[in-house]
Amino acid sequence: MTELNITTNPENKAAVVSLLFQLADDDFLYSFRGSEWLGLAPHIEEDVASSSISQDSMGHAAMFYQLLEELGLDNADALAHLRPAKERRNSILVERQNGEGYYMDVPKYDWAFAVVRNYFYTAAKKIKIESLKNSSYEPLANVAVKVNIELYYHLLHWKTWFAQLLNSTEDAKQRMQAAIEQVMKDFGDVFSLGTEGEKMVEIGLIEEEKVLVQRWKEQLKPVFESLNLSIPEIPASPAANGRNFEHTEDLESAISTLSEVYRIDTAASW
Amino acid sequence: MSVLERELNEHEKLEQFIARIEAGDKIEADDWMPEEYRMALIKLISMHGISEIMGALPEKEWVPKAPSLRRKLGIMAKVQDEMGHGQLLLRVAEDLLKPYRKDRGDLMMDLFSGKLKFHNVFHMPAKTWADAGVIGWLVDGAAIITQTNMLNASYGPYSRALHRICAEEVFHAHHGESIIMALAEGTEEQKQMLQESLNGWWEALLMFFGPASSTTTGSSKQDVTIKYKIRTSTNEELRQSFFTKYIPRILSLGLTIPDPTLRFDEEQKVWIYQQPDWTKFKQIITNNGPRSQARLNLRRVSYENNAWVRDALSAASN
Ligand SMILES: [Fe+2]
Ligand SMILES: [Fe+2]
Repeated sequence: MTELNITTNPENKAAVVSLLFQLADDDFLYSFRGSEWLGLAPHIEEDVASSSISQDSMGHAAMFYQLLEELGLDNADALAHLRPAKERRNSILVERQNGEGYYMDVPKYDWAFAVVRNYFYTAAKKIKIESLKNSSYEPLANVAVKVNIELYYHLLHWKTWFAQLLNSTEDAKQRMQAAIEQVMKDFGDVFSLGTEGEKMVEIGLIEEEKVLVQRWKEQLKPVFESLNLSIPEIPASPAANGRNFEHTEDLESAISTLSEVYRIDTAASW
Repeated sequence: MSVLERELNEHEKLEQFIARIEAGDKIEADDWMPEEYRMALIKLISMHGISEIMGALPEKEWVPKAPSLRRKLGIMAKVQDEMGHGQLLLRVAEDLLKPYRKDRGDLMMDLFSGKLKFHNVFHMPAKTWADAGVIGWLVDGAAIITQTNMLNASYGPYSRALHRICAEEVFHAHHGESIIMALAEGTEEQKQMLQESLNGWWEALLMFFGPASSTTTGSSKQDVTIKYKIRTSTNEELRQSFFTKYIPRILSLGLTIPDPTLRFDEEQKVWIYQQPDWTKFKQIITNNGPRSQARLNLRRVSYENNAWVRDALSAASN
């Protein structure tokens, strides 16, 4: 395979950059939402397990930001902390707050929402990462191989929770059903590749959206069937597409928390 | 068997038990042990375990705010370890609680009712990023000193848990020190943030080791734990080791220790220092510290909020 030309082809480079931002911003926010749960999970074992997942995911975000830094964009920390919401490419799903209340006060987070969001997101991420292992952009393909190893455990973890809660009390089932509905409302842009999507597919960065969606459905199918559920529909045209910089207010407040200390002095070494 | 015979047996058992401890033998969960020993262990280990968990709360506040990707990863790993310590220790405590048919749920209830205390240092606010560094460096540093003091505890399961914990605590102290170093070598604002943090934590760090004797606060568990070889040094000896280890390091960073009376007395070979306000200490350990109620409330609300999950899990396992 010939090496992908990104040095003299600005369109190719723009596509790579866009995709990397989608991946980096997704995991950055996903990890943040996970870390807000720290100390508040349903039991201590879960706290340890899910904080390990948040930590891995922050590690993935760091690797993607690092690839952007290597492409000559700003340094990874500035990219992660300083870009305003209107420059972010993450999906709406990961920016959504965990539930009522700010994590510094006394939040009332919804574990059903956490389980469904994390399971569906992780399943989607795994499909994308599998595709990225064959990306024409080699540095990304290499990172995908590393990320993929950890994803196996993340997916297993959330799948177990998902099945367990849907197999228990009526109360739990109802909460989970409501969570599935809520999560699916925000699922419209998870697989979207944004305005540069066609270019990404054309130059072999990643496979096209509908192929990825189909795989996601196939993967979830046996789990849903065993629980007597039908696979929920992904909204065809989402109200907002995070890949194209459309976001909710939840993202603004998330970024201001994430960058509170960094912004005190962006030139300082912390 | 007559009452007298049984009493003699109990007496013999106690003698054997003391002999084992004296010989450096490790007591295991299913071994016979005197009630006083079991009670002392339960109190110590459940408090230690719950303190690890409550201790995650002040640091957790700084996890999302950590000022770089590297710091975010570092503090996430650290807080996760602390939860892991809590998990490990509560399991040890649960084994000791078995004869009373109690478990972790009961410990949580005891925490909420105020019967089970958590460590005084975790009742304090963590106001700035520098506090996250000071907690890692000095609070964990102090914890290393008290925990090393119990590494050879006569109770085997606790001793083994402490070996694992202490190995990780060393990383925590490095993590904290690295944050501190960056601030100490940083801008004026960063240096000031660090100095203010040290000022705020100094008294809590002195209190960390507990009062020198029970006459200060009316109660102390150090006598029982020394008698049963759970620990070796006294509170004051530990505080002195902390001074010896950390005062030179703190000063070498250009920081000022907020105690003008602090000095090393060459003749007595001890550090002379301004006593912390022990009445404040009593307030703190009875859950009337600056953040006591807020943190307990956070834990209580999240416990109630997740009740349906616990119900669902027990339904699924039945
Ligand atoms: Fe610890
Ligand atoms: Fe620690």
